[in-house]
This record gives sequence, structure tokens and C-alpha cells, in this order.
Amino acid sequence: MQLLNTLLIGITAGSIYSLMAIAFVLVWRSTRVVNFAQAGMALLSTYFGYEAVSRFGSFWIALPVAMIGGALFAALVELVLMRLLVKHASSGPIAGVAPIIATLGLLGVIKSAITIIWGGQDQRIVAPISNNGFTVNGSTLVFSPLKLFILVVVVILLIILSILFQKTNLGLALRASAHAPEIARLSGIKVDAVRTLGWALAGAAGAVAGLFQTVNGNGNLSPDSSEFSLLLVSGFIAAVIGGLDSLLGAVLGGLFLGIAISFVLMYVSSGLFFIAPFVILLLVLFIRPQGIIGVKVGRRA
Amino acid sequence: MSLNVSNLTVHHGAICAVNQVSIAVPTGTLAAIIGSNGAGKTTLLRALSGLNKPTSGVVNWMGERITGEKPEKLVRMGISHVSEGKSVIPELTVKENLELGAIWRKDGKEMKESLEQVVSIFPRLGERISQRSDTLSGGERQMLAIGRAIMSKPKLLLLDEPSLGLAPLVVEQIFQTIRDLTTQMRLTVLLVEQNAMGALKIADLGIVLNLGKVVAVNHAQALIEDPAVRAAYLGY
Amino acid sequence: MRKSRKQSTHVPLFILGGVILFILSNFIEELRVLQGTTIAVYVIAISSIILLTGYSGQVSLGHGALMAVGAYAAALLRFEFNCPVVVCFIAAVLVAAVGGLLLGLAAARLSGPYLAGTTLALAIGLPSLANQFSFLGGEQGLEFRVGPPDIQADAAVEPLTYLGKVLLILSKLRTTLATGAWPDASPVDTYKWWFWIAALAALISIWCVRNILNSSYGRSWRAGRGNEVAAQLAGINTARSKVLAFTISAGIAGLAGALLAMTIGTVSPSAFPLALSFSLLTGAVLAGITTLGGVIIGAVVLVAIPEIADVVAHRLGASESVTTNLPGLIVSGLLIVTVLFVPNGPVEQHRARKARHEAAHNSTKK
Repeated sequence: MQLLNTLLIGITAGSIYSLMAIAFVLVWRSTRVVNFAQAGMALLSTYFGYEAVSRFGSFWIALPVAMIGGALFAALVELVLMRLLVKHASSGPIAGVAPIIATLGLLGVIKSAITIIWGGQDQRIVAPISNNGFTVNGSTLVFSPLKLFILVVVVILLIILSILFQKTNLGLALRASAHAPEIARLSGIKVDAVRTLGWALAGAAGAVAGLFQTVNGNGNLSPDSSEFSLLLVSGFIAAVIGGLDSLLGAVLGGLFLGIAISFVLMYVSSGLFFIAPFVILLLVLFIRPQGIIGVKVGRRA
Repeated sequence: MSLNVSNLTVHHGAICAVNQVSIAVPTGTLAAIIGSNGAGKTTLLRALSGLNKPTSGVVNWMGERITGEKPEKLVRMGISHVSEGKSVIPELTVKENLELGAIWRKDGKEMKESLEQVVSIFPRLGERISQRSDTLSGGERQMLAIGRAIMSKPKLLLLDEPSLGLAPLVVEQIFQTIRDLTTQMRLTVLLVEQNAMGALKIADLGIVLNLGKVVAVNHAQALIEDPAVRAAYLGY
Repeated sequence: MRKSRKQSTHVPLFILGGVILFILSNFIEELRVLQGTTIAVYVIAISSIILLTGYSGQVSLGHGALMAVGAYAAALLRFEFNCPVVVCFIAAVLVAAVGGLLLGLAAARLSGPYLAGTTLALAIGLPSLANQFSFLGGEQGLEFRVGPPDIQADAAVEPLTYLGKVLLILSKLRTTLATGAWPDASPVDTYKWWFWIAALAALISIWCVRNILNSSYGRSWRAGRGNEVAAQLAGINTARSKVLAFTISAGIAGLAGALLAMTIGTVSPSAFPLALSFSLLTGAVLAGITTLGGVIIGAVVLVAIPEIADVVAHRLGASESVTTNLPGLIVSGLLIVTVLFVPNGPVEQHRARKARHEAAHNSTKK
């Protein structure tokens, strides 16, 4: 029973990491940048959701508000910050580190701005679904209706995303621009607009991840939340496990990481909460640096 | 004259890759652009399709000034560019690569018709329609690249070294296809080639570039017979 | 051979700098002395980032964690074994360097964003380890007391240590500067003592870093940063040279960490937050990530920003939450603006402009 419990907790947490990893992958594919502000953007979107809950009194409106807010903000970041970055800092010794530094700076700006707007204290978002575990054969699981809900929503979103990417012209444009921007332009695709769209999708995915990470945790939301540091690191690691370039890889990477962490916390020590992802990342990088289902390194050229 | 280029100059940083080039190509003409490495052939094509921004000069296409326009707009005006080195996207299937060419048209029915047309020109692509394109041979990839360009219903086709890295027999086949397409679809074609002899043989017009400048323009057959051109570019 | 003689190591210059700092320290108020200490700590930490990121092209977001490693090493020796301060600082360098060696071995296989993400995970994960082992003191942390030796004590009862004697002379010199007379004894307050230690450490580190960067190692790093394949073809073992850079950089960061802990008085996980790693990166970018010369600019700006923000916030009559968060906002905003508009730092920018100007001047002369 404990085994099943651990597995289910891991899958729920992992599905949230998957969404975050998808956000990383979408941004990486559209601008070849690892967006270290991704968790900051997710945090901001979650505050949008919090604002929606407190204004309209309904949790159900928080999800779309957070997603739309997150998407618009991410698009804005791409339009302003990323385009300036390409224009001013794409050559010289700084070129390799400039995007990393710029997104870190953005992370700092977002966090400070949130604290100034909403204050540093904890805000609460409570989901209207019970987080008390299901009872099976008289024993209570940690797996709860809320966790089931999260899982279902993530699966639905993943299905929508995969239809978008595999079956529509827009998805074809997104994939073509990611793999070969020049050929995409020669085919008449407005690659700049597609990039912005990639960021917006990432912003929306991150928003859902942020909101779910909050309600799946203790429901508290604060600018210095360690939940979001963990989300940043876990999302990144999940994306790296999946090869950073693959959406399917991101999903599998997230699930793998969620389950692995869940087992470490249950069977090794619950104090390893923050260091476990780092150790898993190191192991992955040493065993398969190109990611578990990543593309062959040679094709990077 | 459907394509009229006058005094076009393109820089790569400080280097002047294309220097005051003026050419005129009538509708339905297959023009071969030959010249040694670094003559500016590829840069010229990239400037015509909008990938490189010219420093100065004017490009007119069907009476409209298109200098410095973006590639995504030029495609809509009937200019298709097949860039150097088998320009297909290996991560996509053959069908997706082809659909890409017609993606801006947003018309499902037209896309289907174009797809059928391309498959009838290149039956090999039809056989492999749902394979990932990195499973194709070099010649098939070049067909796919040209097929993608055809999908966008071009009037001006810019081809950059379609024979690169292909076996002689396949090269001959590709060149013949290019000749046939030009005639059947009344295309205007600019064919940049290292393989000068092969290109001139199928071309109507020959243009010789050297160090970014046009050094000779003539009927292709006349160029083949020109002793100076023979010595410098045809190797006998 | 001739070349190596030409490359002066500037020893007299650094000694002169030390003398100036020493004299200066006696004429400024206590708060400024403490700020001077913080600047010295930042100078050391930023120089370690410049060496790593600017020269060997590796990004570390985990230098805050490496500083923590050094600080814990120093504090443990002081707390458990009551080692002399000098020994503690040397231990901080060595232990952090070993940590950097391990991290560097992993890092040599990683490129840009992968390395940044890995070190980020480290920065978030490592401080939490303190809660895992009781001898590290958990959230409370370890005490790390560094005070001036008691030179008031009767030398006959307890003979002064070597360090004490030096301090005695320095302190007398200090009073002489102020009063013009040679005193019998002169007490030294803790802040000034810290400043002397930090300033000395900063001078030594900068001197070391400068000479390492100008050595063949520094050149091989720059070669590897520019084009790894070309550097390998030129016979440079890029992997080994990267690991070496990481090790040295970590050692320097460890020293900075121990010094930082000295000014706080304790070593705890909360003293080395993620924000510290980010500030250091900001300082390095402001300094000009490829020029050691700007390091003092970066350090001064980092120390000055909270003060400036405070003034601005009070002027505006802003609320408390604005006041406390303005510095963070300014640091991050400055980071973005610098990367976008002065990507190679103000010093490098100035140099480039001057070079362009001279080139233009020369060509017109011809």
C-alpha cells in the first residue's frame, strides 16, 4: 500500500514538473534560451490566479486567468527582452552567458515587483476540492480527489498540446521554426511571431504548473516560496532528462523525476527534499548527457 | 523582364560579397549562375529571397520593387528559395516537409492538389510520404526540398547547388527535372551551381560571377563555347 | 624569456595599495569601515566569478553555495578546535577548492545552460544539507567569532603571539597617525580588525587572480572560451583547463564566504541564499565580466545600492515593503540593463571606445 501511495504522490508531483518542463522546452525550442525566469513567471501567474480568486470568489476562474495572464506576460517578455537581447548581446564573449544573466535578472525583477505589489507575507489559495486522501479498504491514501483533479487536468492539457503540435498548421509552423528557422521563413512562416507564440504557450503551461504546485502544497503563496525554487529546479531537470528539445521527453522526464523524488523522500530521508533533484540531475548528466530520449548530440550542429 | 536586378551590393560584415551586380532574367528562363567558391553566388540568391539584406541597389520582380523585403513576404509573391545543402527538416516527415511549402496558403483543398502534383512529379516521395525525412537518401532529400518549393506555387525558383554531394547519375536526373519543371510550369529559375557544365547544359542563360561581380552574361550555349569560360570554369 | 620578465607582477603596487587602505581605515567612521569590509568581501567573490565566467566561459549560479562551503569549513575549525584565524581562512580556501574540483569535473562535460541549471540546483540544494547534519548546527548555524587579539593583556603574563605583535605595532602606528605621538598601547575595535583582514585578503586574492589570468593558464582559458575546438587543436587540454578554473574560482569563493561569515558572526544556511549567487553575478557583469579591473566598481555598486534605494524610497515616502524590496528590484533591473546595453561592462566599453577613437585618429593622420 505504501508503495502505491508513493507512486501516486510521485505521479501527481511529476505531472506538475512535466508542465514546467514543457514550458522550458517550448522556450528553448523557440529562442534557444533556457529561461531561468520561468518559475518567476509561474509565480506571477499564480498571483494573477490568487487575485482572480479573491475578486470573484471562485477558484474555477483562477485557472484561465492565470493561464491567460501568464501567456500575455511571457509574450511581452519575448517581444521586449528577448528581441533586445538578440539585437545587443548576440556577439562577443558575453553572448553565451547573456541570456542566462538576463533571465536571472528578470527573475529578480519579478520577485521584487511581486513583493512590492502583494507584500512579502503568505497569501492563500485553497482549492474547492478536498486534499484528504481516498479511503480504500479502511486505510487512507495520501492520493486525494484534488490530486486526481490535477492529474486529469494535466492529461487533458497534454492531449490538447499534442493535437496542436501534431495535427494543426500552427503546430507544424511551431515545429518547423524550432528545428530550422531559416527554412521556416523561406516557407512563408513569420518566425518572429511564432517565437512569441512559443513563449506565450510556455507562459500558460508554467501558470498551470504554478497554480497546481501551490494548491498541491499547503496552499500558501509567497514571493520567496521554496515551492517555486523547487519548481524551477525540477522543471529544468525534467526538461534536461527529456533532452531539452522534446515535448514528449519533457513529460516523461517530469514523471520520472516526480516518482524518483517521491521514492527518495519516502525510503531514504524526507530531509533530502532540496538536494535529491540535484543528485538525480548529476546522475542523469553523467549517464546520458543528451537526455533519456534526447536527440543524438551530433545533430545539434 | 520578370526579374530585374540593378547595381545590387551585399556585405557580410566588412566584406563585400556581391558588388554592383545587375542582371535581367525574362519569364520562363532558366538562368545558371556559375563561378568559383566565394564568388558571391549564394549571397546573391539569399539577397533575392530576402535572407540577406542588401546594402544598396534595386531588385524588381514583376514590375514591383522588392529590395530588402522579408522572405515570408516574398514567398507570397511567388519567390521560392531552396537553400544550400538539401534544405529539408529532418525532424519532420516527408509529408510535413511538403505541407510546409504551402502552409501560408491556409487552403486545405489547394494544399491537397499541390501535394498530388508534387507526388506526380516525384513518385519516390509518394512512396515515402509518411517516413521521417532523415531516412531519405541524398537525392530524395533534394527532390523533397524542390518539392517543398513547388508546393508554394512559385513563379521564380531560386536553387542553390542542388547537385551538391550527389552521385553523378542522380545529378543528371535532378538537372533534367529542373529543366522539365521550368518548361512545364513556365517558371523563371536561377540555378546556382558549382557543377558549371551540367548547369549550363540545361540553362537558357548563363551568368558568370567572380569576386562578387558579373564578369560574363550570355546564352548558355555560347558560354560553353567561350574559350575563356571553358578554361576558367569548365576545366578543359 | 624576455616576455616573462616584461610581465611584471606589480608587487610594490599592491603593497602601496595596502598601506593606503590601512591609513584610510583610520580616518573613516565605523559604519563605513564595515561597508569597506563588505566591499572587500565582494571584490574577492566577484573576482572568482570573473575568473570562471569571464575567462574560462563557464557560468556558475552556485558560487553562493561554494562560499557557504568555505564558511562552514572555517567556522567548524574555529568552533570545534579553536584554530587560529589564519588557519581557518586557509582551510576555507582548500575545502571550497575541493568542492569546486568535484563540481568542475561535472561541469567540464556541460555547456552553457546545462551548467547554469546544475549549479542553480546546487545553490538551492546545498544549504539545506546543513539541516541534515547536527554538527553543522541546522538553521541556527555555527558561531564564527573573529575578534582582535587582546593586546591590552600584560605581555609578561601571557606572551603575545606573532600576530598580536604585528597588531600591536599596527595599532600604535594608527594612533600615531591620529595624534602624532607614539603610544604605549592602543585598543583596536572589531570592525577595524575585520577590515584589515578583509582588505589584506582582497589584495592578496586580486594579486593572485591577476597573475593567474596573465599566465599561460589564463591564456588557455580565453582560447577555450573563444573556440573550444581550435584550442584543442592548439594542444590545450580544454577539459582539464576548465576544471582547474573551477577549482581556483571555488577556492577564492570559499575565502570570500569565510570572510562574509566573519562579518555576520555566524554561519547558517540563510546567510547564503540564492540571491547572494545572483548578486555576485550582477557585480561581475557590472564590473565587466571579462575585465578584472572593474571588480571594485561591481563591489562598490552592490554595497551602495541598498543605501541609494533607501534614500530614494524615503524621498518618495514609500511604504515599508517598497523600501525593503527596492534594492532587489534595482539590482535585478541593473543586471538586465547592463547585459542589454553594456554587455561587456563599463571598463571594457570605455577601452573599446578609446581604441576605436585612436584607430580613427591614426588613420586620419596617415
